[in-house]
Amino acid sequence: MAVRTRKLPAPEVLPAASHPMHKYLREDRLPHIWCSGCGLGTALSCFTHALDELGLGPKDVAVVSGIGCTGRVAGYVNLDSYHTTHGRAIPFATGLTIAQPEKKVIVFSGDGDLFAIGGNHFIHAARRNIDITVICVNNFNYGMTGGQFGPTTPIGARGTTAPYGNYENPFNLPYLAASSGAVYVARWTTVHVRRLKDAMVEAIEKPGFTFVELVSPCPTNYGRRNGLGDGLEETRYYAQRSVICHGADPKEADLIPGEDIIVGKFLERDRLTFLQMYEKQIVEKNKLRHF
Amino acid sequence: MGERKLMRGNEVIAEAAIRAGCECYFAYPITPQAELLEHMARNMPRLGRTFVQAESEIGAINMLYGAAAAGVRAMTSSSSPGISLKQEGISYIAGSNLPAVIVNIMRGGPGLGDIAPAQGDYFQATKGGGHGDYRMIVLGPSTVPEAGELTILAFDLADKYRVPVMILADGMLGQMMEPVELPDPVDPATLPKKDWALTGAKGRDPNIILSFDLDPEVLKQMNLVLQEKYRKIEDNEARYEEYQTDDADIVIAAYGTVARIAKTVVRRARAEGIKLGLFRPITLWPFPYEPLRELASRVKTVLTVEMSAGQMWEDVRLAVAERAETPFYGEMGGVVTTPKKILSEVRKYAR
Ligand SMILES: Cc1ncc(C[n+]2csc(CCOP(=O)(O)OP(=O)(O)O)c2C)c(N)n1
Ligand code: SF4
Ligand SMILES: [Mg+2]
Repeated sequence: MAVRTRKLPAPEVLPAASHPMHKYLREDRLPHIWCSGCGLGTALSCFTHALDELGLGPKDVAVVSGIGCTGRVAGYVNLDSYHTTHGRAIPFATGLTIAQPEKKVIVFSGDGDLFAIGGNHFIHAARRNIDITVICVNNFNYGMTGGQFGPTTPIGARGTTAPYGNYENPFNLPYLAASSGAVYVARWTTVHVRRLKDAMVEAIEKPGFTFVELVSPCPTNYGRRNGLGDGLEETRYYAQRSVICHGADPKEADLIPGEDIIVGKFLERDRLTFLQMYEKQIVEKNKLRHF
Repeated sequence: MGERKLMRGNEVIAEAAIRAGCECYFAYPITPQAELLEHMARNMPRLGRTFVQAESEIGAINMLYGAAAAGVRAMTSSSSPGISLKQEGISYIAGSNLPAVIVNIMRGGPGLGDIAPAQGDYFQATKGGGHGDYRMIVLGPSTVPEAGELTILAFDLADKYRVPVMILADGMLGQMMEPVELPDPVDPATLPKKDWALTGAKGRDPNIILSFDLDPEVLKQMNLVLQEKYRKIEDNEARYEEYQTDDADIVIAAYGTVARIAKTVVRRARAEGIKLGLFRPITLWPFPYEPLRELASRVKTVLTVEMSAGQMWEDVRLAVAERAETPFYGEMGGVVTTPKKILSEVRKYAR
């Protein structure tokens, strides 16, 4: 029997559309390597919108990342950016901001990078009130290395190195940031794109050590293993469980599976930055003159 | 002997460590050795032993330091950038005369490099990557079964001499699967007694483990003790393999994955009538200088092949001196060489 095939019209090829924020992106490096359903695209997009709203251009900003899927952000922004040693984005950013205090230095990195191997640096930069913004994409695991548990993995959650479920207590990041001395602490999820962008704007504008935690889906290595489904379902879960509560006590903001996710601005306060303290305590008190 | 199984190099090292009586294992994830952690995470708890995923490689090496001081068999593993972070701890472990096993599944460097197989950490491993006058025994397996055997040997040598021992393999060996026959677990009762360990001083004088003394004369004596131990290891523990060297005109010097590839090259070269052999150091420290020197006086060429810019090459030249010509061929950055490339290199030196 002869098979008759109907000739389909050739598909319409749309002219290559640019990303609305293409001026902040290295388009030659796109498409990115992130998995479909990953929250990192949303994170990067919010970040570019925040820069745009602040009117910050390549002259004004430097982006520093450690190593991990989140660390790739540094490679995609069309700004001076640094992909540093695993865990050392904060000391690198410290050097950068002290060498050129007029620049906005933003650290964009993962929960493992910032709080496992880099944990010590985080608390000390917050204590010193170094003038940087730290944006942590918390996907509850080491995404890049294949889904090991990490310092934010909830108790009971599975990872490749937690085959029987994690039994180590996780960090509560806003509480850690607040008690270490951060002057701005907020948490949002990838659902809250507008509020997240606003938080990034506030954090970047504010002098001193500012911190934004971004709860983000990692369908490939976290969601899939922990009954959260694909990226969309994990995002939907964050949408359903989030409770906006500005000014909440960060101590109460533990992230426990099946319980509410407290999001919002936990605190904003004023403390002299590292360089302002240096000026006041060293230079003025001892009547040292700059030459 | 135990059962025969198809296993990945990383898993074989982990399983061999368990069977050697490793009680505590500490590590931080890094590619290409993550399977080692995963095997330990699955299997250590079943035996009532402990795996701690440390917060960093520096955390892991110092946990190892502590467990070693307690007198138990213990291990850490990582890959190149993580091993760099462990160097301070390794120096302390060596200076404190403690037995410990460290696995390095090398990848491309320097810096973040890549996650492909490489051999660029030879200098760091064999010449003392940390500070001070210390050495560690370095074992370079070239097949998956050998990785298992050398892991057991690593624990034995560490205990025998109270030194850190490193297993230096690369990402290829870590990821590759081969059939292996796993040894039966060692009987803990047969392990050497450790009367120096920090096990609680009730009923005896306290044991003190340290790697320092502020009096230079005393520290010098401590160093002399270490050096004496290293000379003993050099005299007794150098291991190597010679393959088709009896009538060879040309010899390839290679270790690990490259040595394995070079064996294929030897067979192909011989099919072409080139009398090629292979000299494969198994201990990279102590390096088998004497056997290579002896071999070099019988051949025309010793061609060093590495996945580096030429690191073991320096030891080869020290051994060979002027006895034969000592050319080098290497690949870097995680590029794995092929039998074809090595063979065309060999042809340059064939009569
Ligand atoms: C010294 C060192 N140790 C380990 C690694 C391997 N490594 C790369 S990324 C990473 C974890 C990344 O986790 P996270 O910061 O949470 O980022 P994500 O991939 O989840 O975004 C690790 C352990 C490394 N590159 N360097
Ligand atoms: S592994 Fe997870 S974090 Fe990494 S790109 Fe994929 S989904 Fe995103
Ligand atoms: Mg992560």
